[in-house]
Amino acid sequence: MTKEVSLEHVWVEFGEFTAVHKANLNIAGGEFFSFLGPSGCGKTTLLRCISGFQEPTRGKVKIGGQDMRGVGPNKRPTALIFQNLALFPLRSIADNIAFPLEVRGVDKKTRRKRADELLELIALPGQGDKKVSELSGGQKQRVAIARALAVEPDILLLDEPLSALDLKLRQHMRTELRAIQKQVGLTFIYITHDQGEALTMSDRIAVMNKGKIEQIGDGKAIYDHPTTSFVASFVGENNVLEATVLSNDGKAMQVDAGLGTPFTVENHPAGGPALAPGDACHLFVRPEALRLSKDESAINQFSTNFVTEEFEGNMRHIVMNANGKDLKLSLINDGTNAIDANAPVKLDFAPEMGIALKPGELASA
Amino acid sequence: MRDLFYDLVRRNGMAVSIYLMLAVSLWVFILIILPQLTMLDYSFRFNLPPAKIGGPEDVYTLEQYRYFFQGSGASDGFNALDIGILFKTLLAAVFVTVFDLIICYPVAFVLAKSSTGAKARLLVLALIVPYWINEILRAFAFRILFGATGVINETGMGLGLWDTPIDFIRQDVALYAGLAYAYILLMIFPLYNAIESLDRNQIEAARDMGASWWQVHAKVVIPYAKPGIASGMTMVFMLTSGALAAPQILGGPSNLWFTQLVYQWFNSGGNWPRGSAYAMVLLIVCIALVLLVMRLFKVSIGEIKQ
Repeated sequence: MTKEVSLEHVWVEFGEFTAVHKANLNIAGGEFFSFLGPSGCGKTTLLRCISGFQEPTRGKVKIGGQDMRGVGPNKRPTALIFQNLALFPLRSIADNIAFPLEVRGVDKKTRRKRADELLELIALPGQGDKKVSELSGGQKQRVAIARALAVEPDILLLDEPLSALDLKLRQHMRTELRAIQKQVGLTFIYITHDQGEALTMSDRIAVMNKGKIEQIGDGKAIYDHPTTSFVASFVGENNVLEATVLSNDGKAMQVDAGLGTPFTVENHPAGGPALAPGDACHLFVRPEALRLSKDESAINQFSTNFVTEEFEGNMRHIVMNANGKDLKLSLINDGTNAIDANAPVKLDFAPEMGIALKPGELASA
Repeated sequence: MRDLFYDLVRRNGMAVSIYLMLAVSLWVFILIILPQLTMLDYSFRFNLPPAKIGGPEDVYTLEQYRYFFQGSGASDGFNALDIGILFKTLLAAVFVTVFDLIICYPVAFVLAKSSTGAKARLLVLALIVPYWINEILRAFAFRILFGATGVINETGMGLGLWDTPIDFIRQDVALYAGLAYAYILLMIFPLYNAIESLDRNQIEAARDMGASWWQVHAKVVIPYAKPGIASGMTMVFMLTSGALAAPQILGGPSNLWFTQLVYQWFNSGGNWPRGSAYAMVLLIVCIALVLLVMRLFKVSIGEIKQ
C-alpha cells in the first residue's frame, strides 16, 4: 500500500522563529520525493511534521487523505530513518529489524522469520545474530532500512541517511536506495542538502530556503529552469551576472550585463516570472553552457582573459575573467579546447542556456 | 599498573604522576586497607582486658563469629535475634533501594532528556541544596515531620483523613522515608549520567516504530541505563544497610538496625572484637548480595565504572 502525503498551508513557528513558511504540496503515492536545501532551511522540521514528532503551528498534514493532527509518531503509517540511523546498539541485527514487530506483540518465531526475509532483501542473509558494531557503515544503513520496512509502512521518511558515509559508498547507496524503492513501491520522502543525491534519485524535488519552498519540480526542471535566484545558485554550479533588461518581446529578452554587446536570453514557459524592460536581473549561465567561440560572429559573445585552471581528468574547470568578473567554465577534455593563457579569449553561450531571473537571495557557496 | 603509570606520565609529566601515584596509594592503604585489616584482625580475637593483650591468652579464635550464629547459649544454639535483625536490615535496605529507584528514575529521565540549560541547572541545584543540611538535623526534621503532633498528622487530621495521630515512628514509616531521602542523590546521578548519554534519536526511533512510552522505557532506555541503575542501586543499598544516624533517630523503639547492634558492641558493650566481627558479617553479606544480584541481571563490574 502506498499513500499520498499532502501538506496544506503548513506553518511551523518556534516562538519568533518561523521554521516552515506556508508549505503547500502533494506527494503522490509511490513517489520518490526529495526536500533539498541548506542546513537550517526547515526541511528536517517538515519531515518531523510528517512523522509526527512536530505538530504544525498552522495548516494540515494529511496522509492518505486523513488529517494527522493529534496522531502520535507511533500511530502514523510512516517510518523514519534517522541521520545517524539510531540502531539499538545492545540488540542484535535481527532484534533491531524486528523491534517494530516486538512492540506490536508479534511472537518471537514470526519476528525472526520476518527479520530473515528482510535480511535477504537488503542482501545481508544470515547476519541476524551479529552485533550492530560488527557491521560496516553501508551495512548499518541497510539494516536501518530493513528495520523501517519491517512493519510495511506506507511512507518511508529518510533524514539525510547517507551523509555519514564516504563518497564511494554514498554513490553506491544512491543506486541501492532507488532500487529498494522501486522494489517495495513505497512513497519515499528524502531530506538532503546534497543536490547530487536529490537529482539522481528523486522523481520530484522541492528546493527549500529559510523555511520557504522555492520551487518544486523534477530534477531536470530544477536544474535547467530554476525559477528563483536561490534555486539557480544552490542547485549546481552557476555564474551570476548583475544585469538590466533592455527589452522583452515575450519570446526572448535583451539584457545588458556590462560585457559589451547585450545578450539575448530566451524565455522558457517553465521559467521564472516575466521581466519587463528596465528591470534589474540576475543573469545565470552555467559553467558547462559557456563555450569557447569557434566563430567570430557567434551570438552572445564576449571577451575574457585566462585566470586559472583546475584539471579533473575528464573535465577541465577553468576560471576566466570578463571585465573584472570571474566566470567558471567547464570543458570536456577532448583535446579540442586549447586556451591561450596570454591572449584574450572569446566565449559565448546559446540564448536558451542563459537564465534571467528577478534578483533574489543567492545561495552562499 | 605499569601501563597506567606510563599513561599518566605521558599526560601529566613525571612529577605530577609520582605525586598522584603516591597520594592515591597512601590514601587507599592508610585510610582504607589498613583500618579494615585491623578490624579483620580484631574480629578473630578474644575481648581481653588491656593487661592481657599480647599475653598467652591473646590468640586467634572464631568465638566472635560463633557468637553471631549461635549466641551465648549451648554450642548447638541459634542466635535468632541477631540473625533476624541482619535479615530485617537487609530486607529494609532492599526495599529502600527499590523505592529510591522508582522515584529517581523519572526525575533522572526528565533531567537528562527533557530539560536543558538553565532549567536543568536549577533542577540540579534544587536537588543538591537540601544536602547542605547536616544528616542528623535532617533526621530530626523528619522526626518532627512524622511526630504525633507533626505536620503530617496535623494536616491529615485537619482534613479529616484520620482522627487519632498515626504513630509513623513506631510503624517505621519515618525511618523508611528518612533513609530513602538520605541517599536519593546517589541514585539520581548515576541514572542521570547513564540516560544522558543515550542518543535522543534512539528514543524517537522507538516511538516512530510504534513503541508506547512504556515500551520505550522498558526496551530502550532501561536496558541502556542498566549500568547506571546497577551503580546507583549498589551505592544506595550499601549506604542504607550501613546507615546509623537515621535508624538511631527515626527507628522505632522495638526495632534495631544491624548497624545499631554493631555500634552497641563497640560502644556500650565495650567488646571491640565482637563489634568487628559483626561489622565484617554485615560487609561480607552485603557484598555477596550485591554480586549475586549483579550476576542475576548480567551486569559486570566493568560496566558499572563507566
